[in-house]
Amino acid sequence: MDIQSYYLLVPLAPLLGAIVAGLFGRLLGRKMTHRVTIALVGVSLFASVKIFQDVMAGHMFNGPVYTWLTSGDTSFHIGFLIDRLTVTMMLVVTSVSLMVHIYTIGYMSEDAGYQRFFSYISLFTFSMLMLVMANNFMQLFFGWEAVGLVSYLLIGFWYTRPTAIYANLKAFLVNRVGDFGFLLGIGLILMVFGTLDYAAVFANVAGHANDMAPIAGMSVNMLTAICILLFIGAMGKSAQFPLHVWLPDSMEGPTPISALIHAATMVTAGIFMVARMSPMFELSDTALSFVMIIGAITALFMGFLGIIQNDIKRVIAYSTLSQLGYMTVALGASAYPVAIFHLMTHAFFKALLFLGAGSVIIGMHHDQDIRNMGGLRKYMPITWITSLIGSLALIGTPFFSGFYSKESIIESVGLSHLPGSGFAYFSVAAGVFVTAFYSFRMYFLVFHGKERFGLDHHEHHGNHADEEVSSDHHHGLAPGQKPHESSWVVTLPLILLAIPSVAIGYFAIEPMLFGGYFRDAIYIAQNHDVMRELHDDFQGPFAMVFHDMQELPFWLALAGVVCAWWFYIKRPDIPAAIQKRFQWIYTLLDNKYYFDRFNDWFYAGGARGLSSFLGQFADKFLIDGLMVNGSANLVGRISGVVRRFQSGYIYHYAFTMIVGVFILLTIRNWF
Amino acid sequence: MIFGLPVISVAIWLPILFGILVLATGDDKNAPLARLLALVGSVLGFLVTLPLYTSFDTTTSNMQFVELHDWINRFNIHYYLGVDGISMLFILLNSFFTVIVVLAGWKVIEKRVAQYMAAFLVMSGVVNGVFAALDSILFYVFWEAMLIPMFIIIGVWGGPNRIYATMKFFLYTLLGSLLMLVALIYLYNLSGGSFAILDFHRVAIPMTAQILIFIAFFFAFAVKVPMFPVHTWLPDAHVEAPTGGSVVLAAIMLKVGAYGFLRFSMPITPDASHKMAGFMIALSLIAIVYIGLVALMQSDMKKLVAYSSISHMGFVTLGLFIFNAYGLEGALLQMLSHGFVAGALFLCIGVLYDRMHSRKIADYGGVANKMPVFAAFFMLFAMANSGLPGTSAFVGEFMVLMGAIKVNFWYAFAAGSTLVFGAAYTLWMYKRVIFGAVTNHHVAELTDINAREILIMSILAIFVLGMGVYPLPFAEILHTSVNDLLVHVAQSKLPL
Repeated sequence: MDIQSYYLLVPLAPLLGAIVAGLFGRLLGRKMTHRVTIALVGVSLFASVKIFQDVMAGHMFNGPVYTWLTSGDTSFHIGFLIDRLTVTMMLVVTSVSLMVHIYTIGYMSEDAGYQRFFSYISLFTFSMLMLVMANNFMQLFFGWEAVGLVSYLLIGFWYTRPTAIYANLKAFLVNRVGDFGFLLGIGLILMVFGTLDYAAVFANVAGHANDMAPIAGMSVNMLTAICILLFIGAMGKSAQFPLHVWLPDSMEGPTPISALIHAATMVTAGIFMVARMSPMFELSDTALSFVMIIGAITALFMGFLGIIQNDIKRVIAYSTLSQLGYMTVALGASAYPVAIFHLMTHAFFKALLFLGAGSVIIGMHHDQDIRNMGGLRKYMPITWITSLIGSLALIGTPFFSGFYSKESIIESVGLSHLPGSGFAYFSVAAGVFVTAFYSFRMYFLVFHGKERFGLDHHEHHGNHADEEVSSDHHHGLAPGQKPHESSWVVTLPLILLAIPSVAIGYFAIEPMLFGGYFRDAIYIAQNHDVMRELHDDFQGPFAMVFHDMQELPFWLALAGVVCAWWFYIKRPDIPAAIQKRFQWIYTLLDNKYYFDRFNDWFYAGGARGLSSFLGQFADKFLIDGLMVNGSANLVGRISGVVRRFQSGYIYHYAFTMIVGVFILLTIRNWF
Repeated sequence: MIFGLPVISVAIWLPILFGILVLATGDDKNAPLARLLALVGSVLGFLVTLPLYTSFDTTTSNMQFVELHDWINRFNIHYYLGVDGISMLFILLNSFFTVIVVLAGWKVIEKRVAQYMAAFLVMSGVVNGVFAALDSILFYVFWEAMLIPMFIIIGVWGGPNRIYATMKFFLYTLLGSLLMLVALIYLYNLSGGSFAILDFHRVAIPMTAQILIFIAFFFAFAVKVPMFPVHTWLPDAHVEAPTGGSVVLAAIMLKVGAYGFLRFSMPITPDASHKMAGFMIALSLIAIVYIGLVALMQSDMKKLVAYSSISHMGFVTLGLFIFNAYGLEGALLQMLSHGFVAGALFLCIGVLYDRMHSRKIADYGGVANKMPVFAAFFMLFAMANSGLPGTSAFVGEFMVLMGAIKVNFWYAFAAGSTLVFGAAYTLWMYKRVIFGAVTNHHVAELTDINAREILIMSILAIFVLGMGVYPLPFAEILHTSVNDLLVHVAQSKLPL
């Protein structure tokens, strides 16, 4: 088989799996369905590895598969661009997807929608692969929206739950707001470059660096406008402030997809996209600054929200938001390889954390409130160890994968000279403390301390929307019941994901960041080449640990862990006291800075109000009532008057005639 | 001519002939025979249009399959038929949908079956006539004749308020058409005694006259599209029409208006078209944004989809009056796609209506629990209505947006808002109807769609996905004719 057939195989195998599971799932039964889909995702992973080897051997590919549409002088293709950036993403997507497929066997084993779930996650894998393998903006947009669709379907997987179907509609619409900007950006690209092929656009981008676009009555730099519009799409997909609001609610979906879609892959699409578009972003300092500031806001302020969450999945969700902010900051600092590096390490350790949380949720019989847990390490040893590994990686413990990627981000932001980099540096550094604090708050509350589950008077901590409203699931442990370790299909993916979470940073940092790994896939302009400066400081992964242990972030992380330990193990009374003392901060955080309220009131409520007004007043009253029926009434009334003349009596007509003749004669004689 | 037969004439008269045959089966005792005959007639009617596609020459913009015979010699009126890339696909679409509505009405219509089926078959032939007529009087005859079957369909098999709806529908459209007739007669004089549309394309016309002609045509076509603010007949007609009527109304009848702009207004009065473009674009954008908003709060599913249709047709008229290839081809593809998507959505609502006898969103909830297969199809069509890439609806909207942004960023901005609004009203409706727990015992008693319904939905689903994944075959048919039209529109026709 030649390598080009492998390119096709990568996305089409999961698509076939999705179709088979979707159409014939009932016919095949549960076992066959998961066997088929897992085998096909395995094929996809295998093909990705083959392609990876081929690409590492120096081969690249950029070409069409078929012509989608032609119009005027433009043709739109479906095609693949296979380079090192693509192949990295392909490996991340297919390997995490395979883990999640296996894990699903255990997690969804009792669910009536088993086959449907496999169909969706395979369809997601296909969509995501189309997104990363695209060689043009049209196909990118296809993948972009397709992953949004599957995300919508999966958040609302348990479609009888009101919160789930609220969350999925919200997710889709907020993403659509981002896509709106994204599509306009694509439109401007087509207008300026006359093509949507990456290669052709990037080749000509320098020539358009100083184009001006007349937008909003002002003259704006065209590339800045394009980049910001594209980035608005990324803000939706990668949940950046202020379009982040959908991601925490997306936790209504089953946990495997929280790992696959809302942590490891789909939400990183925006990061990937900006890295892919580096030749454009590099030419606009304004856009890069914008990217960096948005990322910094997300990284810090979403981290704060993680501190007060009590739903285990929501803690990780806010952590994901914050980490996405880190990646975005790296993009803004022109450290694209670092962003992709963090994307990769994050994919592994965050998927691990989510799947670990899922294992805890199974053990707790679908109770997700961390206040009802505690001391689980005794009962779920594999989950405990792997979750600890995930948490250590997340907070950037030396030698763990997260350490290398996060340290690199912080350093590269420190090296950036763009406006806003000072604020960004502060945010990502302070964020380290916050990350360590909320991660270990969760870790301690779940795995250590007093056992708070199965209490007699099951003190039900309800935190309004955070709580799963579930009628079809047994909820929580009965008194005296103990949690137990999950089956091997659940723990095996945990173990397999724990390995890269520990090791991949150490081994990948040097080749990926400093070995010219990405070659031409990523372009960095001379004047913001932080990667080179980063390289100058770098003396090997081992030395990096000792170097960075003398820096502030390391101590911040340590402080975060110690604080979490002090607050939640040693002196559990302190958090309550703080909460009481600083009630207003707590209220602000508990309401998530009031974004949801504002959006509900202003956008959703405003649209509904405007819609009612327009529908009732403009359409029904003005147009239909006054104009249409009004003119019909007018005709009716006039005809009512005129009809009286048509009485049918001869003498009426004769009389009218005589009067008429009389008038005519008078007029005639008068003049 | 294929096999010695005039293809277009067959496509027009065969369904009409079958319609008369079906009518001859008489009252409902013979309903099974009437159904069978109608199915045979519609399938044959579709098959005979296929040569139009298979033998179509994509390299020329000239009219193809031309038939020219004398008709009324005194006024130089001819029986003159032919198709180009712009009209051909609509004949196929129309004949295809006749099969669909015959199938859709198979079990549902139990009273006056023969007349119901006959009305659709006659309608099908007449609409083919509209798309193929090259003589303006012939066009006008078909154009007006089209109203009669639809008038009957809504008036006889419609809902409780059907009389109001039919009168509104009839008067609205008739009023517009009369002005068109005036314009046609004026053009007859101007062209030195010809009613051939292609002759009109060549006539030089002074600016004032062009504007007046444009306005006369505008009234005829804008009502049919329908454009804001002459759209209010459509929601009423849709709500009262039986499912089949709504499907044909949305899939076919809304297309003749935009077709009229393409065949008459733009090439006959290019200067006026350019002059009025700002006005047309403004109305289109109002339709997209304002109607999209109005759709959001509709409590009646059919009304909601009707408003969504108007909003989507706004994309069509926007695409026409930005005068570039992206826009025009986008508009044409959008017309085709809207036929499939809106038709499918009305069928979906029909499926629910047949079971629950309600179109109120509030009467539903949790349908997915009882009708999972149906929910899957409905999801696909709802997503298509939201313009998801990979479905046919994306192609047209994408192209029109790409065309609009070339002209003015803010046109694209306003039109692009449908990405949010379109998803909002469609998916919010979907959520309230399909998702959730079973809300009442009516929903609890629902049964999933049967084999006949699955067949209909599958056919439409294949088209929606097929055209979304690979629109090139559709677009290739358009290219030459669209380019020719663009050249035509770019040339001034003011007398020298």
